[in-house]
Amino acid sequence: MAEVVGRVYRVSGPVVEVEEAWSLSMLEVVEVGNLHLVGEVVHLKTGHAFVQVYEDTTSLKPGDPVYSNHEPLSVELGPGLLGSIFDGVQRPLQLIREKQGMAIARGIHLPPLERTRRWEFAPVASAGQQAGPGAIIGEVQETGLVRHLIMVPPGLSGRLVWVAPPGDYTVEDKIAVLDTGQGQVPLRLFQRWPVRRSRPYQRKIEPNEPLLTGQRVIDTLFPLAKGGSVAVPGGFGTGKTVVQHQMARWSDADIVVFVGCGERGNEMTDVLLSFPSLVDPRQGRPLMERTILVANTSNMPVAAREASIYTGITLAEYYRDMGYHVALMADSTSRWAEALRELSGRLEEMPLEEGFPAYLPSRLAEFYERAGAVRNLNGRSGSISIIASVSPPGGDFSEPVTAHTKRFIRAFWALDRELANARHYPAISWTESYSEYLEDVQNWWHEKISPEWLSLRYAIMEILQKEQKLMQVVKLIGPDVLPPSQRLILETAELFKNAFLQQNAFEPVDAFTSPKKQLLMLKAIMRFHEKAEMAVKNGLAVSRIRQLPIYQKLLRMKTNYPEDALDRLEEFLKEFETAFQQEEF
Amino acid sequence: MSEYDLREYQGLEEVVGPIFIIRGIHSVGYNQLVEITDSEGRYRIGLTLEVGQGYAVVQVLGGTAGLSLGNCRVRFRGRPLTIGVSEEMLGRVFNGLGEPLDNLPAPLAEEMADVNGLTINPTARDYPRNIIETGLSAIDVMNTLVRGQKLPIFSGSGLPHNTIAAQIARQARVRGESFCIVFAAMGVKYDTARFFLRGFEESGVLERVAVFLSLADSPSIERLMTPRVALTCAEFLAFRKNMHVLVIMTDMANYCEALRELSTIRGEIPARKGYPGYLYSDLASLYERAGMVKDLAGSITQLPILTMPNDDITHPIPDLTGFITEGQIVLERELSVRGIYPPIAGLPSLSRLMKDNIGKGLTREDHPALAAQLFSCYAHVKDIRALAAIVGEEELAPLDHLYLQFGESFERDFLCQGVDQRRSLEESLDLGWEILSLLPREELVRISEEMLGKYYRGKDER
Ligand SMILES: Nc1ncnc2c1ncn2[C@@H]1O[C@H](COP(=O)(O)OP(=O)(O)O)[C@@H](O)[C@H]1O
Ligand SMILES: [Mg+2]
Repeated sequence: MAEVVGRVYRVSGPVVEVEEAWSLSMLEVVEVGNLHLVGEVVHLKTGHAFVQVYEDTTSLKPGDPVYSNHEPLSVELGPGLLGSIFDGVQRPLQLIREKQGMAIARGIHLPPLERTRRWEFAPVASAGQQAGPGAIIGEVQETGLVRHLIMVPPGLSGRLVWVAPPGDYTVEDKIAVLDTGQGQVPLRLFQRWPVRRSRPYQRKIEPNEPLLTGQRVIDTLFPLAKGGSVAVPGGFGTGKTVVQHQMARWSDADIVVFVGCGERGNEMTDVLLSFPSLVDPRQGRPLMERTILVANTSNMPVAAREASIYTGITLAEYYRDMGYHVALMADSTSRWAEALRELSGRLEEMPLEEGFPAYLPSRLAEFYERAGAVRNLNGRSGSISIIASVSPPGGDFSEPVTAHTKRFIRAFWALDRELANARHYPAISWTESYSEYLEDVQNWWHEKISPEWLSLRYAIMEILQKEQKLMQVVKLIGPDVLPPSQRLILETAELFKNAFLQQNAFEPVDAFTSPKKQLLMLKAIMRFHEKAEMAVKNGLAVSRIRQLPIYQKLLRMKTNYPEDALDRLEEFLKEFETAFQQEEF
Repeated sequence: MSEYDLREYQGLEEVVGPIFIIRGIHSVGYNQLVEITDSEGRYRIGLTLEVGQGYAVVQVLGGTAGLSLGNCRVRFRGRPLTIGVSEEMLGRVFNGLGEPLDNLPAPLAEEMADVNGLTINPTARDYPRNIIETGLSAIDVMNTLVRGQKLPIFSGSGLPHNTIAAQIARQARVRGESFCIVFAAMGVKYDTARFFLRGFEESGVLERVAVFLSLADSPSIERLMTPRVALTCAEFLAFRKNMHVLVIMTDMANYCEALRELSTIRGEIPARKGYPGYLYSDLASLYERAGMVKDLAGSITQLPILTMPNDDITHPIPDLTGFITEGQIVLERELSVRGIYPPIAGLPSLSRLMKDNIGKGLTREDHPALAAQLFSCYAHVKDIRALAAIVGEEELAPLDHLYLQFGESFERDFLCQGVDQRRSLEESLDLGWEILSLLPREELVRISEEMLGKYYRGKDER
């Protein structure tokens, strides 16, 4: 049982000032008041500690006891994480509901990982072996999709003196004993790790594989690499959450950690209700088997919102250490920054721009630094990709959170209000977005899909850029003054937007497009453009182009050629030879 | 906890705005109910905003007018603010704190409930699934409302948001079933409240409405409690009595201003335009009280109304609201000036729950594609209008003229309808096709060939 380490002195919202707090240290976890509300020490000053409390502080009063075990805020890492939903400080929300019904009551203390469930453990190491940090002791089939590797926790190494035989064990059961030279340390199926410290690895490696998302505008125009970081900024309703949900569904990550940070309860419910019945496109297993949810919805306590991001990334690091490619979605990092701002205000710190604390950029930097492709302590390689939405007030990208975030990411998917209003989804702007991973992933595309990939991609980007310039003229004097060749640019760009960029997340065939199909579609459009250029030179009226059957077929190739009919799409590509010959002009 | 009830303190240290500071007290909890009786014997209630060693900062919900430092008596009740709730609240009128205004005795409480409501566990929520037919084409086809959704109306001063909200309240049906209504007025004029009340009366639903009024002449601080009190009543009706409740809250801008006032007086560092950084979380604590819960039959649908200062949708009040709610119905002054009712803006309006609830087996197979196509064509109309304003309409290509015609018809025939006119969803969808058919078939790129074959009625088909 924790000891009393101080008394409540003052309560102001989620921040509690504690007196007689000499024994407390920074960032340790305390329990406040008779309900034992969980909090964390964030500031110390002349015998007083300031604690951010992760639960509603209603009814706390001066004089209430404060307890501590003198430990930092930590998470449990072990089998049972996948398929679960936790709150910002890793309390198991499903279990809480079973125990308490529809509302989250205060002062609940339940272990994140179930204590009674047994897991089938298969040892791979044996007694007598040397084992360093990260070394693999054995395996547990955590879900149908994921083998969970049981590793020696970072910081420990020595000789294994005992390894448990194959069998069923609970997370708390001892499965090995390590002689570190200073004593014998029991190892269990789970370990703990403080969330604010990144888990160690050997070194970072260059990301060179794309994180395939099945979203055409992303994979083809602004790709993300496994181990990369991308920001998705956009005003309300521009499609941040749908983009992240699509990636959670369709991306080829091994593990998905979705952090719902200060957003809607129903969006978490949506994932919880839909993922178990959606299947992984590659292995045909329920998506929930590779997914972990961390939820601090907007009506949950604001201090836990600040912690939720760290909880999420620590879970991600743990699976990365096993050698998996992990995708972490954080929706929305602005709510996290705002939580930081609110707590900072309650601590009466000096604010900088728009009330945000001066340490906002360094906190952002620390977070993004935890992404990356790495060589792990155990020699395997794994990666964490961060897909972070940003919610700029008024959709203004010059605000502090967006501006600072841009310094720490290498891809930027800017969501555009006008596109969203016209229901062009995903509303990822092709003029404002960028990806610095293009070069990193080109080899993969060239080897696996087609050596034409990058040149086709640049060719279509050039058309989009030309269109943008031409549109400035058109907006002033109308399209009629443009020569036919330039009007064709407008037509092709329009076709590309409708036929390729626009992708309906809620249409079963359209929702996911494989790299192969993306390339074929792009090729078809570029070939169309070449042929049309010739035809226009030979006198075809540009205004007739939309009526051509081939144009109508291109528009609908996304839904007319499902993934199992790509050979038909290849056939279609041959039609271009004759498509324009039949036209009389 | 009984220790609290015994003590009564006399005298305040400081009174500023709706807040006072009291010292020399003992063991008072955060966010707890405070009872204050002034020298005239007038009783009011407050809540502790901050508590420290021997002092408390208290917000007085009835306002501090008439409070003096010396002569008032203060009691700390040692519990949060609760109200008595019961089914009998339907058909009654209360003030913003839940006290009867209709000269009848307070309804017998079936339960006491904390006005802050409960934090619903996301695993306990049920995803909203049944569409509400409002009878308005602009909503039913383009921005479908779903039972359990929170969908605000973003308006401007002088626009007919009240008329629209009242029409929705009157016409809203889910498979023939209607709603009971909780109506909360914050800082609006008596006229506005009377408009709604008369409307409820005329349509004979008054016995199914619980009204909470904190009008413009009530202390602004009371507005901070009004939506909480109203939602507490709604939660009881929905989750204890299995009713479908429609909550209309007007005007959220007044609520936010009251919050700003309080924050400024407390000397807090503002975020944007003087509003506190926690405005988002505070609003979320209201809006997130909409929804459905697994295994319970009832639901709370929210229709908050807010007037955008200077019609500016990027102002923190509509902006933060839009980030929390499940879409927004935006009213457009330009349409209203041209006599179009309801002046629901074609592009910035959005229903986020629509996507999962329309289409084959839910509404009609053509609904999703039709709506997407209407949005995209109307967006193109806006571009052409902008071009026409520069080069003149005569200079436009024939196709552009067709778009202009479509735009006119979209506004005059599709958006526009009577204050008492209820169009069925079928009718509205058919009307949508009728106007889309003004455009050549090959322009309708969001719709499959198959669907076009079935529903398109344009010239080249005949
Ligand atoms: N790829 C898409 N396909 C179809 N509809 C989309 C797509 N992306 C966004 N939407 C529509 O836009 C709405 C808002 O998207 P959402 O991701 O919730 O916005 P944000 O998170 O930026 O506020 C969704 O409810 C959906 O109707
Ligand atoms: Mg979102």
